[in-house]
Amino acid sequence: MDQHAAAGFLSVRDQPLEADQRGTGAPILYLHGEAGPDRDAPFLQLLTASGRVVAPSHPGFGNSPLSASITGIDDLTYFYLDMIEQMGWTDLSIVGVGLGAWIALELATSGTNRIGRLALIDAVGVKISDRTTRDIADIFALTDEQIADLAWADPALGLPALTTAPDQLLYDRARARETTARYAFTPYLHNPKLKRRLHRVRVPTLMLWGAQDRITLPAYGAAFAALIPGARFALIDDAGHYPQLEQPAVVARHVQDFLASSRS
Amino acid sequence: MRIYHMTEQSYAPAWDKHQGSLRVNLPNALCEPEVASALFHRYYDDWMLADRLGLDIFINEHHATATCMCSAGVIPLAILARQTTRAKLLVLGYPIGNRPDPLRAAEELATIDVLSRGRLQMGFVKGVPYELPVANLNPVVLMERFWEAHDLILKALSTHDAPFNWEGEFFHYRHVNVWPRPWQDPHPPVWVTTASPSNAREIARRQHVMATMGTGYATKVVNMAYRESWEQMGWGTAPIDRFAYLGLVAIAPTEAKARARAETIASYPRTSGVVHPPFANPPGFFSVEANVELMRAGGRPKPRTFTRDGRAVSTSKGSVQDLIDAGIMFCGTPAQVVDQIIEFSEAVGGFGHLLAMAQAGNLSREDTAENLTLLATEVMPKLRAYVAEKGMVIAAAAE
Repeated sequence: MDQHAAAGFLSVRDQPLEADQRGTGAPILYLHGEAGPDRDAPFLQLLTASGRVVAPSHPGFGNSPLSASITGIDDLTYFYLDMIEQMGWTDLSIVGVGLGAWIALELATSGTNRIGRLALIDAVGVKISDRTTRDIADIFALTDEQIADLAWADPALGLPALTTAPDQLLYDRARARETTARYAFTPYLHNPKLKRRLHRVRVPTLMLWGAQDRITLPAYGAAFAALIPGARFALIDDAGHYPQLEQPAVVARHVQDFLASSRS
Repeated sequence: MRIYHMTEQSYAPAWDKHQGSLRVNLPNALCEPEVASALFHRYYDDWMLADRLGLDIFINEHHATATCMCSAGVIPLAILARQTTRAKLLVLGYPIGNRPDPLRAAEELATIDVLSRGRLQMGFVKGVPYELPVANLNPVVLMERFWEAHDLILKALSTHDAPFNWEGEFFHYRHVNVWPRPWQDPHPPVWVTTASPSNAREIARRQHVMATMGTGYATKVVNMAYRESWEQMGWGTAPIDRFAYLGLVAIAPTEAKARARAETIASYPRTSGVVHPPFANPPGFFSVEANVELMRAGGRPKPRTFTRDGRAVSTSKGSVQDLIDAGIMFCGTPAQVVDQIIEFSEAVGGFGHLLAMAQAGNLSREDTAENLTLLATEVMPKLRAYVAEKGMVIAAAAE
């Protein structure tokens, strides 16, 4: 497999970072979720109506190499802060999904003034319920079939035929599972300290949630959104944990409208 | 040749009540404390007999499972340190990469060594994949954490002049000072389990005993990696007491009776892998490449167990004869078992410690007692005579 064929590479902190870059205009940083990069997703193309989309594969995901200096979401946050400065972005729009939405919130609470707005989709990253109630389904304790059932409004979409799938898909899936655990196995897919830092999100925030998501329930999403000052919460019908894949046009319209209104 | 009696201390009464998983998510409502207590006392009786017979004792632990009730190996070690008089007490092992507090492990092990007057054999294990969901420490960096814990424990056991400081990648202490210090100097012998040549080389460089468990004829590759690494260090030929092998053992006065006993002992490999599938593949435990291969193969792992002539054998579904052919089980009359062990040992490069699983599942107290007695009185003397006569020829034969 030619690992460099699928997308271009950026160099951040002298480290190669696979990044799908498309469109022109104001910068939009797309941060993918724990399932790995949304390679060639129609949603990314639709987003180009609002600007230049840069969609990196986080270090350890897709074809981006791991870095010895990145062992958790905190390190990843500093890595993306460096990238935002290196790119010279200001008034940056970030679209984040799942674990990518968590990174977006770590960035927004970190103190940078280079971020203009956040569009978050089925986020993880905070603890909402009591200590014996699991907010986020334990993906490491579930079979592929069980995950598809919880994560997709149409579970068949979550079960590609792996025995005949392209190498890249298998590689993306295997790396996503391992690297998600590397960064967020315990505490599981959240930062216990993030909740008490969310008041520092001072930019317009939209939070979209798949109405049929059972990896992270809509009630978790609504409670999460309520912690972010001024955040707007909206459900996406006929979508699970990945509304950007199941309902790309609907999600793109929500995001485009939000980006346009928050820029004016 | 030293021979160790091993039992998983199973709770077999629950084995037919599971819904696809005997580990991690099997409700402990299926455990009756009175039954568990009777089983524990009975397993201790077996160990006391092993001690009287001149066998050594091998303790292990697993978590949240009916396949092994022992969740803390140091508990039986501590009891046996007091109650037995001569057996080596091997823990194989202590899953130090799955524990948040290796200093506590060093303190426990030092105490057991002192209590037993220097009979502790200190085995450290990576552990099986199903241990990680319960341990909840990050499985992706398990081996890095394992080796840091290993280094800390050995330093803690062998430092006697003052408290020392440890601020590592995974563990932080500012006053490490183990009381009592261990009986054995500089510390109890270290054993490590593995099934991979790369780990074998690492273990050789540290001169630890390497144990392989149920690896059958694939043991040869691992043993050879250890021997090569040992030789590359300039230490000559690795002594046979650096190698240990776990096999299932079923011995009886007649072959027919041994086969019947073997059917019960085979319940171990037949239940050991009964687990909700994701728990058998925690993230990072197997490489990305291995996981890609697994997806490509529709989730069916490649066979890992083979007979001497290369026939693949399923350890969970194979017959007793398959297990014997694959070097997983030694079964028959004492004379047959001696022959099987010598044949297997010569084929894989030799080992100086036989870890004998002589009890499993529902094997009764009486059957276990006869099994252990024949192992100690009929098999062990012949193996010892063989090693005394042949010595390192065992290793040379495979090279």
